[in-house]
Amino acid sequence: MPVDPMTRDGGTVSSQPMVRGLAPALILRADLMAVRDALGTVVGDLGEQGLTVEELGSVELVLAEVLNNIVEHAYLGDASGEIQLWWTLGRSGLHVRIADAGRAMPDGKIPLTLERRASDHAAMVPEGGFGWFLIVGLAHNIVYRRERGMNVLTFRMVVGGGDSPGD
Amino acid sequence: MKLNAEMTQDVLLIHVDEPRIDAAVAIRFKDRMRDLTDGATGRVVLNLAGVEFIDSSGLGAIVTAMKQLPDGAVLELADLMPNVDRVFRLTRMDSVFTIHDTAAEAKRDHAC
Repeated sequence: MPVDPMTRDGGTVSSQPMVRGLAPALILRADLMAVRDALGTVVGDLGEQGLTVEELGSVELVLAEVLNNIVEHAYLGDASGEIQLWWTLGRSGLHVRIADAGRAMPDGKIPLTLERRASDHAAMVPEGGFGWFLIVGLAHNIVYRRERGMNVLTFRMVVGGGDSPGD
Repeated sequence: MKLNAEMTQDVLLIHVDEPRIDAAVAIRFKDRMRDLTDGATGRVVLNLAGVEFIDSSGLGAIVTAMKQLPDGAVLELADLMPNVDRVFRLTRMDSVFTIHDTAAEAKRDHAC
């Protein structure tokens, strides 16, 4: 496997602050059960900040899709991989940044499948590929880039605009 | 993966006794569905009343469960919570499956 000069320490990322020195809100292992736990943590925290049940459902779904993609496609099931997660809830919604040191996206781009259509013919219905379709359907300002040998995905979700207390 | 099958009249009703059908359990869900629907001949109704969360892997597993049914059997869904219903709508899979409001209604419904 070719060694990326930015990750020759084995892919650990602790020495590379990603958001102007801000520590990630959450660091998790690239494991599907760890993803479940992380979703529970984030949804619990945001629930305390006044998001509605529907908003929490959207956030949980988008985060699940992004994190599961990293586990399965960036780290290819290697549970020693690390995922970093930042989020900020403000007037324009929930801003999320997720970084990992796994494989880059194919062609360096988000694999958008906006043309995905259901067919009435059962045999034609795809069994996969719904993940990015859901992400694009629910999140805004989605930006992916390689940054110092890492995948960095940022997006915004329009939530928290109701009569939430504070902010 | 807790799935319980119940044969009622001409409907095989499968209750999902799990709060999540997600990437962590998708393979087990598919395997369990294959076991339960082996030999099914008519309508199979998946009761999702207890499922609070489904992701794209869970959705894919349900689509697989539909495709792996024996010839002549058809998979329908019942009692989707709002978050689950939204995943079907966003992916347009709501046009692929017959979706009943409740499992009881699915049992009554003979037109399919």
